[in-house]
Amino acid sequence: MHNPYLPYPVRIESVVTESEDRNQKTFKLVFLNPEDEARFRYMPGQFAELSVAGQGEIPIGIASSPTEKGFIMFTVNKVGKVSSHLHNMQEGDIMGVRGPLGNWYPWDTLEGKNVVIIGGGFAFTTLRSSIVYMLDPENRSKYGNIDVVYGARMPGLLLYKEELAAWEQRDDINMHITVDGTTDPNWKYNVGFVPTVTKEKAPSADNAYAIICGPPIMIKFTLPVLTELGFPPDRIISSLEMRMKCGIGICGRCNIGTEYVCKDGPVFTLEKLATLPNEY
Amino acid sequence: MSGKAFIPRDSLGAALDRLSKKIEVWVPAMSEEGRWGVEFLPYRPGMRPVLDRQSTLSPKRVVFPQMETLLRFEYIKDPDDPAKVKFRLDDGQEVKPQFVFGARPCDVRGFFTFDRVFTEGPFVDGYYRNRRASTLFATLVCGEGDAACFCSSVGSGPADQAGSDLWVTPVDGGYVVEALSERGREYVALLGDAPSELQEAAARKVQEEAAQQQVGDPDLVKSAPSFRGRFEDLDYWRSMVSQCLGCGVCTYVCPTCYCFTITDEGKDLKGERLRSWDSCMFAQYTSEASGHNPRPTKLERYRNRVGHKFSYFPEKYDGMIACCGCGRCIRSCPVSIDIRKVVQELKEKANACA
Repeated sequence: MHNPYLPYPVRIESVVTESEDRNQKTFKLVFLNPEDEARFRYMPGQFAELSVAGQGEIPIGIASSPTEKGFIMFTVNKVGKVSSHLHNMQEGDIMGVRGPLGNWYPWDTLEGKNVVIIGGGFAFTTLRSSIVYMLDPENRSKYGNIDVVYGARMPGLLLYKEELAAWEQRDDINMHITVDGTTDPNWKYNVGFVPTVTKEKAPSADNAYAIICGPPIMIKFTLPVLTELGFPPDRIISSLEMRMKCGIGICGRCNIGTEYVCKDGPVFTLEKLATLPNEY
Repeated sequence: MSGKAFIPRDSLGAALDRLSKKIEVWVPAMSEEGRWGVEFLPYRPGMRPVLDRQSTLSPKRVVFPQMETLLRFEYIKDPDDPAKVKFRLDDGQEVKPQFVFGARPCDVRGFFTFDRVFTEGPFVDGYYRNRRASTLFATLVCGEGDAACFCSSVGSGPADQAGSDLWVTPVDGGYVVEALSERGREYVALLGDAPSELQEAAARKVQEEAAQQQVGDPDLVKSAPSFRGRFEDLDYWRSMVSQCLGCGVCTYVCPTCYCFTITDEGKDLKGERLRSWDSCMFAQYTSEASGHNPRPTKLERYRNRVGHKFSYFPEKYDGMIACCGCGRCIRSCPVSIDIRKVVQELKEKANACA
């Protein structure tokens, strides 16, 4: 049996600076051993521990979709020791990945449903994975309407700008890109906070689920909007973060009451969260 | 093989000498220069086991060392192409069979909490599982409880045989040993000759008396379901934890506290990934790189510790309390916080409300 503490070795295939403030970089990783790639079978919503020997590990949501073969992708915010080190690593460098870890968005339940995706800032990573997954020709017919509200403070802080532009052109996904504010005269999309734009666009709650990821303040003000639109708590899905070490439900630190974010999460419905202590 | 032996008190050293030639033996013994009490140490001839009182530290470290290596890593420069670096990872673990002689029922029970978390999945911790599977326990029928003991409160007791391979009963003049498991049986004959009928009878009497003992309030865990009702009662938690220094000794001495951290240590191109004991009572434990801490003060941290042992864990694991009632956290706390009182009084508010 594979030792869950043992990372799979990977090579950094490319590093892309995503945001103008240079705090977010996207790392495309390729498995050194093809059998490891086969073992790393994941679903959108899961995360992995990025492992830099000598530095440590960080739990990061998987930004690629399982429909994209040959690589896995992570967008990392530079904030602590490991992520800062990672930001200085180069194409060709060797590092490790442990995973996939945690649960995923409920793709079985979402079949035949309309899906509303709401994201803010750099918490758009597993949402990107989800969108790419649903738009895949093999999968698109399984889901109804797809609405996406994605906001950042300013245009330069939006992740995956080229893909956003490409999705804007499609007629099988309704994109509502927004920024809190901008002085860019060529800005073609919305201006306003995510909760306001969600209210304005008013995606129907009929036969629909909402997936929401973003900074706590955005979630706090968007939830009432979703409720007003008619989304019940069991149809609002979110993904949480906590400090983690093992990532496999053993080391103890990421519990919220009875639930471990690494093993029982990171994906929870609002209905479930309401039964847990407010310690996250 | 009768599966029973008698060790005369003055031959205990000789018996352990014989045993330790076959297998690594751990015994409770005074720490170096008696600095801070009795801990489990690898037995060496001439060592005097301390069997007349509970050890200060449980045998937790025998199966779950305070620090262990998970991985060794090395970056290797390619001499033909210095720009190229190869990377090697090694997760080999060496595990030897080992015997813990002189544990108490509470000490052994502590590992049951570990077992659920480390071996039941969805992921299995091989480091723990391997060492656990190769560890045997010769457990003492417990006679010398003190005021901090409360093993009966959490479903155990001084004569609880669960998890033990040999059962060691202190009688006049020595110890009667009997096998409780097949793998324990192999070692019985090494320890001594078969006991006399009188010695066996004396052992039975000691065992019966131990089994009669009620150590701690039998109603203690009935208060545990009130935890959720008390969760938001910050005055309650503040009053219980105001003196707490956040030193973490309660978790360090606890046989069921299993939380750990993982850190990397290395120099130049070589290093190790280490696992070490951590404590939920430390602020750093949940502190995130962003500065956010979901359990920012000792109130949240202590509340989580009590909740984990008496509410969250039993909810997840068929009612099993993640506490073995050994009382070490009570005995070692520098400001005398008593977890029994905290659990007991969870209920009073609930009553008042009803």
